[in-house]
Amino acid sequence: MTKFAIKDHEMVPEHVLLTPEESAVVLKGFGIVAPQLPKIHVSDPAAKEIGAKVGDVIKVIRKSTTAKQSIFYRLVID
Amino acid sequence: MTVPKRIGKIRFGLISPQEFRKMSVVKIITADTYDDDGFPIEMGLMDPRLGVIDPGLRCRSCGGRPGECPGHFGHIDLIAPVIHVGFAKLIRKVLRAICRDCSRLMLKENEKKMYLEQIQELERLGQMTDDTVNKVFSEARKNKTCPYCGAPQKEIKFERPLSYIEDGHKLTASDIRDRFEKIPDDDIQVMGMNPATARPEWIILTVLPVPPVTMRPSITLESGQRSEDDLTHKLVDIIRINQRFQENREAGAPQLIIEDLWELLQYHVTTFLDNTVSGVPPARHRSGRPLKTLSQRLKGKEGRFRGSLSGKRVNFSARTVISPDPNLSIGEVGVPMDIAMELSVPMIANARNMEIVKTFVRRGPDRHPGVNYVTRPDQRRVKVTDKNCEEVAEQIDIGWKIDRQLADGDIVLFNRQPSLHRMSIMSHRVKVMPYKTFRLNPAVCPPYNADFDGDEMNMHVPQTEEARAEAEILMRVQENILSPRFGGPIIGGIHDYVTGSFLLTHGRKPIDRRGVMELLKKFDIAELPAPEGEIDGKPYWTGKQVFSLVLPRGLDLSFKADFCYNCDVCKGADCENDAFVVIEDGQLLKGTIDAKAVGAFKGKITDRIIKEYSPSVASDFLDRMTLLALRGIMHAGFSFGIDDEDIPKAAADQIEETTRTAREKSKQLIEAYNAGELEPLPGRTLDETLEMRIMQTLGKARDTTGKIAGRYLGLDNSGVVMAVSGARGSMLNLTQMAACVGQQSVRGERIMRGYAGRTLPHFRPGDLGAEAHGFVESSYKGGLNPTEFFFHAIGGREGLVDTAIRTSQSGYLQRRLVNALQDLEVRYDGTVKETRGMVVQFQYGEDGVDASRRDYASTDNVKRIIKSVLKKESA
Repeated sequence: MTKFAIKDHEMVPEHVLLTPEESAVVLKGFGIVAPQLPKIHVSDPAAKEIGAKVGDVIKVIRKSTTAKQSIFYRLVID
Repeated sequence: MTVPKRIGKIRFGLISPQEFRKMSVVKIITADTYDDDGFPIEMGLMDPRLGVIDPGLRCRSCGGRPGECPGHFGHIDLIAPVIHVGFAKLIRKVLRAICRDCSRLMLKENEKKMYLEQIQELERLGQMTDDTVNKVFSEARKNKTCPYCGAPQKEIKFERPLSYIEDGHKLTASDIRDRFEKIPDDDIQVMGMNPATARPEWIILTVLPVPPVTMRPSITLESGQRSEDDLTHKLVDIIRINQRFQENREAGAPQLIIEDLWELLQYHVTTFLDNTVSGVPPARHRSGRPLKTLSQRLKGKEGRFRGSLSGKRVNFSARTVISPDPNLSIGEVGVPMDIAMELSVPMIANARNMEIVKTFVRRGPDRHPGVNYVTRPDQRRVKVTDKNCEEVAEQIDIGWKIDRQLADGDIVLFNRQPSLHRMSIMSHRVKVMPYKTFRLNPAVCPPYNADFDGDEMNMHVPQTEEARAEAEILMRVQENILSPRFGGPIIGGIHDYVTGSFLLTHGRKPIDRRGVMELLKKFDIAELPAPEGEIDGKPYWTGKQVFSLVLPRGLDLSFKADFCYNCDVCKGADCENDAFVVIEDGQLLKGTIDAKAVGAFKGKITDRIIKEYSPSVASDFLDRMTLLALRGIMHAGFSFGIDDEDIPKAAADQIEETTRTAREKSKQLIEAYNAGELEPLPGRTLDETLEMRIMQTLGKARDTTGKIAGRYLGLDNSGVVMAVSGARGSMLNLTQMAACVGQQSVRGERIMRGYAGRTLPHFRPGDLGAEAHGFVESSYKGGLNPTEFFFHAIGGREGLVDTAIRTSQSGYLQRRLVNALQDLEVRYDGTVKETRGMVVQFQYGEDGVDASRRDYASTDNVKRIIKSVLKKESA
């Protein structure tokens, strides 16, 4: 079976892997600690695609009809 | 900040007899409660070790005083085991699944292993094991002989409520317990139970816990007689029977008597646990009232969960019928004097308010606004009476608290159930009034969904400064004019307010000076605008000019009115129907004020004022508008009667003609269908096509008759005025009254139910004609013939059933949603978080927009702003 590029699919929002420094800034901005973020599973196809490891923070950029784009953060868990 | 602790696991199990004994502080052996001197009898049901309720005594178990001591359990040793009613069904399942001889679960080893693995996997995943467990029971039951000891099995019949009959013999509770005791631990696990926390034999009670006295307090009547709690009564019964049972058994009484007593013991224990078991007559009090036992305390609306924990009755609240008073501001509520004199607001005396406080106290409790109680700094409360008020007033010093009666201007919360959205509770200013109902301006009915057909509402008086501040800043009516649901005004004119504004502002009818004065009677307007013109040398004004007086200065706005006919080419401000509203600098230049301008849920003007000025300006506008609209409707005069549904003979003939041709047409369709000449529509069968075509024809006929009637019903008809202005009703309602009611339907189809091939015996079988399937040709005014009436009732019933189902379903859906979302909170940084600080949304609603604060993303706004800026510059 040929593997197709999940990233290129229209329905898949853009996932960006944050560096530890970047994620620290994000957490500080929201005044929270990492476990308070919404979660994403390591085995999630989109997470696998960008090579995320457990404990990483992923930034998801979604399209929004009212705000053009909206940004979400996910903590990678096992 | 760390993530707070979470409950890892809640384990439900059964309590073992050993555990019952371990937590028991005393074994109860005597059914007596108090001795002749009124002291509790030891080892009786009121043993002092079970806790204390009488003031002045101390608990013999923990040493606590009443209120401190939580109470302690005791126990009764039952002479013979009895079944716990709550587990009757489980006992049946287990009995049937195990061998009657060796008590092993009748499944082969490999099956047991397989099911056990399934159950463990489900538990690991945190999912329900019910399905698998039920499978185990039903599979095990299929074996007719035990796969282990080879004993043949007999069928066990279950007879409600508590009998298990095997081979004609009733199994006693001890028989069942013996069998359960022998079940190996491994088999118990396969049955989905944990042998460490729930051995099946624990279902059969051998020890009964006696609840502490704190949960069954006795009350002393005025006569000095003690009245015991229902639970205590039940426990007395249990102990008495238990004792008699023991005596009889020791005396070697015949088997029959023993069995009877056993059954009686079972009955008492059953009703102690649940007094509403079907098949068991409920235990009754001497007076004949059924006892309220354990499960009744928890279950249902008045039970511990729904009645005492989720919701309770509160102090400082009042409830009465509501009635309308258009003279009140929308932010006010009329409070009956009786209520105002009962409810109070605390006031603390200090150096500055000392004299005010003292005058309140001097008035006493009977002269409003007076004082009901004063609290001294040492927390002693003194009731103020007519006699002691002078004396108490003199004693008042700094730090004393007085409970001042509710008076004009106090802020209160006003609520109508069901409280479905936040506008169901708003804060109003009190206006004390005579009579016994709460009064409110009809313009605030929409958010509460209230009407005056007997509705009752609740009022709560905030007691602290913080609560009052919150009520005043967040909950005032004017802060809630804009609904966060759709961003528009939910408060506004209804019914006569809309009709009145419409009648006042439609067209340019001249109003003489006297008329204008009459209209503006209630307003503080010093100068009249320049008259529109003169007739016979006398100046006259128009309704538009008068309405402009309630609009704030500087308001610029234009929009299409509600009754706009949606012409192909809109002429805008030059509209011939006066349906295009133009307001410049607070002057209504063109157009008619109707529901679109000031109505609830629509209210363009209200909306604009809130966004351009402030909620309090909008609230003032609504107050003035409602007053003026009522004057307007009185000025014009307004009524609706049965002869407003009359239409001229010519129209009636035309309508008759239309329905006749429609009938003919459907007859032709049926003929074509019978002759096989009808062409089926794409994707439809021939039958469906015919149905659709007939429905279409009849639907068109109804519309045509409506149009005919509409031509003769003009704006001189008050029904039309109401429909057109958006005050109440629709043109459809009117044409149904005047011209033709139209097709009745069930589930969107013509009425097809009834006898074989026909709806009623008045028609031939197979008749597909209009009148045989619910077409109502008559009008409501003209009257329906019997078959029409019947079809109409069928259609009407469907509507009724639909609404009943819809409300219950949406209510439950709402409840589930609220329960799921109630702890979420929008923080100041725009994130949505729950109580543990877990992020739900990083920006509220993805875009951080509050629907009630946005001003529509429309280019009109830009144009309007540019226009107003240019105007200011040129001026």
